Amino acid sequence: MKRIEAVNDFVIKFANVNGSGSASANELFAKSFLRMGIPVSPRNIFPSNIQGLPTWYEVRVTEKGHLGRRGGVDLMVAMNPQTWAEDVKEIDPGGYLFYDNTKPLPPSRFRDDIQVVGMPLTEICNATYTDSRERQLFKNILYVGALAGMMGVEPEVIAELIGEQYKGKEKLLKPNLNAFKMGLDYARNHLKDAIGLKTKRAYAVGDKIFIEGNAAAALGCLYGGATVCAWYPITPSSSLAEAFQRSCSKLRVDKDTGKNKFAIIQAEDELASIGIVVGAGWNGARAFTATAGPGISLMSEFIGLAYFAEIPAVIIDVQRGGPSTGMPTRTQQSDVMKCAYASHGDTKHVLLFPEDPYECFEMGAQAFDLAERLQTPVFMMTDLDIGMNQRLCNPLVWDDARRYDRGKLMTEKMLEAGMEFGRYLDVDGDGIPYRTLPGTHPTKGAYFTRGTSKNAHAMYSEAGPDYVYNMQRLLKKFETAKTLVPKPVLTPSKEPARFGCIYYGSTSPAMHEALEALSQSGIFVNALRVRAFPFQDEIFDFVQSHSKVFVVEQNRDAQLKTLLVNDAGINPASLISVLHYDGEPITARFITKEISQIVTALNVRPIKKDKAA
Amino acid sequence: MTYVLKPRLHHPTLPKNKIGYTRRDYEGKVSTLCAGCGHDSISAALIQAFWELDIQPHRVAKLSGIGCSSKTPDYFLGNSHGFNTVHGRMPSALTGANLANRELIYLGVSGDGDSASIGLGQFAHVMRRGVNMTYILENNGVYGLTKGQFSATADQGSKSKRGAVNADAPVDTVSVALLMGATFVARSFSGDKQQLTPLVKAAIAHQGAAFIDVISPCVAFNNHPGSTKSYDYVRDHNEAVNRLDFWPTREAITVDYTEGGVIEVPQHDGSIIKLRKLSASYDPTDRIGAQDQIAQAAVKGEVLTGLLYLAPDAEDLHAHLNTCAVPFNQLGEKDLCPGAGTLEKINASLR
Repeated sequence: MKRIEAVNDFVIKFANVNGSGSASANELFAKSFLRMGIPVSPRNIFPSNIQGLPTWYEVRVTEKGHLGRRGGVDLMVAMNPQTWAEDVKEIDPGGYLFYDNTKPLPPSRFRDDIQVVGMPLTEICNATYTDSRERQLFKNILYVGALAGMMGVEPEVIAELIGEQYKGKEKLLKPNLNAFKMGLDYARNHLKDAIGLKTKRAYAVGDKIFIEGNAAAALGCLYGGATVCAWYPITPSSSLAEAFQRSCSKLRVDKDTGKNKFAIIQAEDELASIGIVVGAGWNGARAFTATAGPGISLMSEFIGLAYFAEIPAVIIDVQRGGPSTGMPTRTQQSDVMKCAYASHGDTKHVLLFPEDPYECFEMGAQAFDLAERLQTPVFMMTDLDIGMNQRLCNPLVWDDARRYDRGKLMTEKMLEAGMEFGRYLDVDGDGIPYRTLPGTHPTKGAYFTRGTSKNAHAMYSEAGPDYVYNMQRLLKKFETAKTLVPKPVLTPSKEPARFGCIYYGSTSPAMHEALEALSQSGIFVNALRVRAFPFQDEIFDFVQSHSKVFVVEQNRDAQLKTLLVNDAGINPASLISVLHYDGEPITARFITKEISQIVTALNVRPIKKDKAA
Repeated sequence: MTYVLKPRLHHPTLPKNKIGYTRRDYEGKVSTLCAGCGHDSISAALIQAFWELDIQPHRVAKLSGIGCSSKTPDYFLGNSHGFNTVHGRMPSALTGANLANRELIYLGVSGDGDSASIGLGQFAHVMRRGVNMTYILENNGVYGLTKGQFSATADQGSKSKRGAVNADAPVDTVSVALLMGATFVARSFSGDKQQLTPLVKAAIAHQGAAFIDVISPCVAFNNHPGSTKSYDYVRDHNEAVNRLDFWPTREAITVDYTEGGVIEVPQHDGSIIKLRKLSASYDPTDRIGAQDQIAQAAVKGEVLTGLLYLAPDAEDLHAHLNTCAVPFNQLGEKDLCPGAGTLEKINASLR
């Protein structure tokens, strides 16, 4: 049997029991590679449960920096008897199974085509610790030590990380270091060269940072000037509001007075969350909510009001598997249509698609400028894969010269100077009217905001022409939005290409890896990453200039493709969907296989390498 | 309703308040409600209250839900911003607006369908949070705009205009507000402006969640024999627990009380609420006692009115959240953005 040998390029999966304390040990392990200059991409695969159900942590070690999920497992750390059979099955042939061999298992529980590495973890822990919780917790640190020993992770690096984690908690520091050392020594003495997956110091991390998308988005909201956050707990978005709370407690408390320059309300439901956001937006504060698909369903009525009455609001949808309660702890891009057209009647909304935590920060801040400039709800569409996993990304950037765009606000001075105010009057031809905030002027600029039809001066009107004027102006405003939202990003292929590919959001790292793999097998594809809706002309032109364009998405119904056909007037015959929606993040292997098969079926087999397909 | 436009001119001798506004300056558009609608009387009481309190109309924000009552903010304080939100969700929009600018006065106008049926949840939660507002519930026990269906405040056994009998237990909004932590709870009757106007003034001055349930007969669909929200029924069963006077400042307390005990309740802003007790056993600062007496009266078929509960030491949402004095909507980059230097430190901590 040939065993897998690799340096700085492999996938390790930890199979644990939820609530057993494995998460921090596994994270420690993942971070040790970063400190050795090797990029990693970890993913939590967890149940909708607090304690007792299976949970997995997958770490992709990738010196090349491929941060998407690769697919396949080179080393399984099988710590959960409940999932043993499926965990063993998942290992690639020639891969490794690391397990606790305190109790002997019959040969039928293993496979012939994998390497089995046993270590008596329970036995060692029972001999060393008397407290049952300690036995449980240090077992995790013990296997981290053993893995480090077998794979050549520098022990100093892990010791440093343990030191940072337990800074000021000497009581915990020492035993953790001991447990780590014990595992390390065991591996050095008993498991020498048991695993062919090795690490060595590299220089591929640079100044990149390691952060969850939800934390980055929360910082984006903070930098973008959000003062009001109203939310209702829902996976996978809860950690975003909680991160906002933590960041604000550090960065938004007035030093002199001790007073908060923020308000966070955990509302009674999503209807109230969005109501608070809309009320605050109406009154001139930057406000947002973070939610997931079921929350969007509940918020839809208020979203329609904000669209029609033209009130700024920022909604962050950390998408999960739908429909209904769906797969609350799995990832998908399945709220695209729902958000694009949220609410009854003719509505359309601005959507932003960040690819990683860096863009969660950038677009999180930008969303407030867009919402105020366009006086409308703006959605940032992240997902569980970006939101709840730590991801290596470029350091967050802020330009101190940047000013918030508060949009067309008519001030007391402007009213006093005699400027005409019509709340829904298109004075500049861009579809965006002026608004006044409550309390601006004693006698001028007050108006009544309503969800019913009205004329350009905000007077109640059921007259057809008044209604049509506003609906047409809203369309014009949506055209203006095209000039303001982030442009798509083109990744041209090295060779001229007949095929194009459109993708967005968390698909990005897997897509880039797939493009590399495809070009190695002679299939060249130009790739366009869509970053926003409404779609700009560049997207239309991109499709026009290719014979076929793949649209890669993480949902069943090809939602972005539907939007491209419906809203950008793209001929559906020129689009081919590549869809992944089982709840796990899309992989490069999946995209490569799908596109290769389709290209083959289209009878354009590459004749030889490096020739355009 | 009337189709006649209001004349812009008014009599030069119309009295002015301390800031030089006449009552006309507190009016809005002509009401489109039915002639004799109780809601119009409430609008009149609101106009009177704001005028007497010398509040600049544009410093008030009026928010409402959906329904006949929710249309009324268009019919008073024409120079205030108004926001007709979605059905049953005014409380959340008002909460957000209040967070954005704590300096304005917030008036929430709602109906019984809006607050007790579709919006019971938001009604309860806005009281829990102690949002500084005056919440007026114009209660007629019926859906007017959709022509006469029962709402959740309709009494059990009351008859609709078409003769249907309501079998469902009623929601008593006053009891709900008390239970949920409202710090000012009153009930009044649209037909009794003498009682209602001072209650509105006191509610506006109250720095916390102030709630007034105003029974406001619907002349089109709920003013017939067999209804418990008709003018006649409410007049016959109205049991006022106190009469209230409101003084904007401490100095001006000179009044002659001829009967009953007088209770003075100072407010945070220095104003004083004076209550003339009509019922010897009623203590409006006793939350539990108030709940008990309201329930007792309901059993007897009486409608208890007046200031039912007042917490003198009320706190509002901004106090709970420890927010800064400057309204959020006036804070800029300098106040809100920690800048590039801080971000660089954050980046460094993430490596």
